[in-house]
Amino acid sequence: MSSSQSLLELLSPYPPGWGGVLLAGALSTVLISLGAYLVGIAIGLVGAIGKLKGNRPVRFVLDLYTTAVRAIPELILIIGLYYAGTDGLNRLLAALGLPSVEINGFVAAVAVLGIVQGAYMTEVFRGAILAVPVGQIEAAAAFGMRPRLRFRRIVLPALMPNALPGLANLWMCVTKDSALIAVVGYQELALATRIAAGNTKHYFLFFLASAALYLAITLISNVLFAALERRFRRGQPKTA
Amino acid sequence: MDFSWIFSYWPLIAAGAVQTVLLLVISVGFGFILAIGLALAQVTGPRWLKLLARGYCTCLRGTPLLIQLWLLYYGVGSLLPMIPGLRASFLWPILREGFFFAAVSFTLNYAAYEAEVLRGALLAVPKGELEAGRSFGMSSWTLLRRIWLPRAIRIALPTIAGEVVLQLKATPLAFTVTVMDLYAVAYKVRQDTLLVYEPLMVVTVFYVCLTLIITRAFRIVEAQVPVRR
Repeated sequence: MSSSQSLLELLSPYPPGWGGVLLAGALSTVLISLGAYLVGIAIGLVGAIGKLKGNRPVRFVLDLYTTAVRAIPELILIIGLYYAGTDGLNRLLAALGLPSVEINGFVAAVAVLGIVQGAYMTEVFRGAILAVPVGQIEAAAAFGMRPRLRFRRIVLPALMPNALPGLANLWMCVTKDSALIAVVGYQELALATRIAAGNTKHYFLFFLASAALYLAITLISNVLFAALERRFRRGQPKTA
Repeated sequence: MDFSWIFSYWPLIAAGAVQTVLLLVISVGFGFILAIGLALAQVTGPRWLKLLARGYCTCLRGTPLLIQLWLLYYGVGSLLPMIPGLRASFLWPILREGFFFAAVSFTLNYAAYEAEVLRGALLAVPKGELEAGRSFGMSSWTLLRRIWLPRAIRIALPTIAGEVVLQLKATPLAFTVTVMDLYAVAYKVRQDTLLVYEPLMVVTVFYVCLTLIITRAFRIVEAQVPVRR
């Protein structure tokens, strides 16, 4: 049997090959990233409004949050939050007299990455909201729209084109940051690759394969975000 | 909170800080030189070189640093011993270390990100300045050395400062390939003393201080040339 054929067999998606493990890992990477991204968007929107409209203590806390998260290395944050989060929750449950729970690795990963993403999202949304022309918001207020309706109908659609490049960047970041979850032992693409490589001793092949999978995720997202931006920018004049 | 371990571990912490800073300086220094080449190739190079440089940047920016590091350390590292004679050569003690692979992969990765920043900056240099230089009879090499590159780097400085901080925050990954950097020291302290948060906090303070030093240093460099607004 030629060696190139055996390499292909190693990558085949069915059990003697490890392709299935890699693909499952890639799926869980995408799911973790997607979950964290949505959590991040929610935190970011609330955080941005808090930073712009909140009173002093709220602004101070949000400033502390965004500065701290952006100054501390992701690996340390992820490991710190992972242990502190699971430990803290169990202590809280113990204090309430409830039995401790085994925290699902997926939920922990999503929460941790979501908190990291939220800090960056806050800044992206803050900038995007500031870039919405004041006149549009004033016009909405003049129509008698309440703040909430105004936000939903005017500010949100108007800030999206401004925020999209930053949001696209953050999506690329979260897909790659999710590889750090491997260090705390949840099986996503990076860890699946390490296991496959360790079992077969074909380190080069498997890491190359997983790099290709990550690259595919990035390239596909690039296309999607370009389409999304075209859609949100429809009707806007083209610049230069 | 128990910080008494600091007294027995401070030599290790200092050594870890040196490793972290060394990784940062090596990757930023060599990465920057590589990035200049990559950016120039993308802006002025012939078509095939442009495509090559763009492909390099896309591939390295599209995959996680962790995977690149492991690909080098486990992948290339497992292929290296097959090269005849390498094991006996004087290079082997260096090639065996995780530090070598971490430095190489951080450098390559940093170069890809930095090249994108420099590419934009090179294109942002006002055309008139380049034309002025050319009309003085500067050769294209002199023009690049005296006007194009210094102006581009000046334009890119704020972004470069951000990239250096991001690079600093990427260095703890080296701990996954057995480098005893700051984070690895925290990990070791945790294993020895079973304290989880205290070592992480101490190490975090170090990183935040390093970040502050980097941003201050760049602010001083930026202030060297007054900008009229």
